[in-house]
Amino acid sequence: MKFKGKTWKFGDNIDTDAIIPARYLNIRDPRGLAAHCMEDADSDFMKKMKKGDIIVGGENFGCGSSREHAPIAIKAAGIACVVAKSFARIFYRNSFNMGLPIFESRDLWGQVTEGSEIEVDADGGLIRILGSTAEPIRIQPVPPFMQELIADGGLMNHIAKERVK
Amino acid sequence: MGMTLTEKILSRHAGLDEVRPGMLINAKVDIALGNDITAPIAIDEFRKAGGKEVFDKQKVVLVPDHFAPNKDIDSAEQCKLMRDFAHEQAITHYFEIGEAGVEHALLPEKGIVVPGDVIIGADSHTCTYGALGAFATGVGSTDFAAAMMTGEIWFKVPETMKFVYHGKRRPWVSGKDLILYTIGRIGVDGALYRAMEFTGETIRELPMADRLTMANMAVEAGGKNGIFIPDGITEAYVQGRAERPYEFYNSDPDALYHSTIEIDVAKIELQVAFPHLPSNTKGISEVGDVRIDQSFIGSCTNGRIEDLRVAAEVLRGRHIAPGHRLIIIPATPAVYRQAMQEGLFDIFLDAGGVISLPTCGPCLGGYMGILAKGERSVATTNRNFVGRMGHPESEVYLAGPAVAAATAVAGRLAGPDQL
Repeated sequence: MKFKGKTWKFGDNIDTDAIIPARYLNIRDPRGLAAHCMEDADSDFMKKMKKGDIIVGGENFGCGSSREHAPIAIKAAGIACVVAKSFARIFYRNSFNMGLPIFESRDLWGQVTEGSEIEVDADGGLIRILGSTAEPIRIQPVPPFMQELIADGGLMNHIAKERVK
Repeated sequence: MGMTLTEKILSRHAGLDEVRPGMLINAKVDIALGNDITAPIAIDEFRKAGGKEVFDKQKVVLVPDHFAPNKDIDSAEQCKLMRDFAHEQAITHYFEIGEAGVEHALLPEKGIVVPGDVIIGADSHTCTYGALGAFATGVGSTDFAAAMMTGEIWFKVPETMKFVYHGKRRPWVSGKDLILYTIGRIGVDGALYRAMEFTGETIRELPMADRLTMANMAVEAGGKNGIFIPDGITEAYVQGRAERPYEFYNSDPDALYHSTIEIDVAKIELQVAFPHLPSNTKGISEVGDVRIDQSFIGSCTNGRIEDLRVAAEVLRGRHIAPGHRLIIIPATPAVYRQAMQEGLFDIFLDAGGVISLPTCGPCLGGYMGILAKGERSVATTNRNFVGRMGHPESEVYLAGPAVAAATAVAGRLAGPDQL
């Protein structure tokens, strides 16, 4: 898995109310949620972003509510993956469960500016900043169990597979 | 080597003699909870994965509380989807409005969650039930769907941080002030992925309502769960409520902790968390002159009868400031009735407040008290993120019921002693 795209940079503690404000939680359709993705962090985000872009976050990305609407909105908006210094617990779990690729890197944030092009090489465990001479940045390894979830296509598929065994 | 309370409950539910932090386990769940926001997505996932019947119709709990009674057509559709599923599956613990209240106030009150349980809920404040000496944590809709199918969930066993509270609480200082102070000290990710065990002499005398408030906000420090060692106060609370047999677990004296944080309670004054993080706390003497438009008293954090009594004590014989709005939401029908019978409604109405029906309502900017651009609300809730209660340029100040009530009277941030 490789993701190449333009970065959108956010700070620390980007909470789920910023990712998808609660006033839209009466929506269940992924495209309907995507229309309001990141709205309270950057009200023009959906006008500016393009499919395949990458969100770069600071500490504790996705803190707050357990709403799966948050990773659903990001994924349906067409964001390829999220790289953050750290993720809040429930957001981390939800992303793997529903198949939004996320990566932990403490070092990337300080080395990119908004609009930098990066390539996330999930298999090689590296992030390259394109057009830069900087050394590739190592991604924190994904725990084996989480890799299994991704390989199976999310939690529900994983469970279905385990049941057949 | 001994185990913490959290480790013991998890090991028992995983069928293991021992667990250690970092281990991946599959645990049996005693209760799996969803609400009108999170259950619809879980029900879709359940059906997509070929789910026909839930693993146990007594152990799946569905509560319409966030946008119920239906706030608009889309919410009505969500509630209907959940209601139809509950009826189809003959879910024992489905609560229609009239019986329903804010889920995390309702479940302990009705004895649906008990000490020693493993409880998962598709709502981040599921950690509230740790007050009873249970392992309780919030998950997403897909985890909830999986638990509805299998009755199990995977966990990484968390490390435990021990918080030891010493000394006597000052007048008006409640569990809300203790937890806000704690989050202010360690930060919103200060307990990320970890269990928070609340102990010490102050805690041993802390009433259950305050314990529920503290455990409720463990997630605001990033915690996986918050937990209290069950004792006589726990026993007195669960007696006559518990629907099932329960078990008290305790941490071993030689249990291993990630860290221990000592807190001198005598130094803690009433707390207010300023926008836009629950960790942005100040003591009431340091808040300065902050004009406030609205006070909201309610939610899973502070919508219990004890909270309403504190508010009434402050508001008795007083009136809210001109131009101020006071909204009071008893968290459950039982709290509502109790407050009514104790005459608290008269005090609130005489003070110029409005009493709403049990719902999460304005806490998450749903309805019943949304803020306009530039408006400020003090709220006894748990989050003050940007846009949490309305317009992205509105502000939320978190506090306990004493400060919320006093602020309503003063029209600016205040404690009861400043009136």
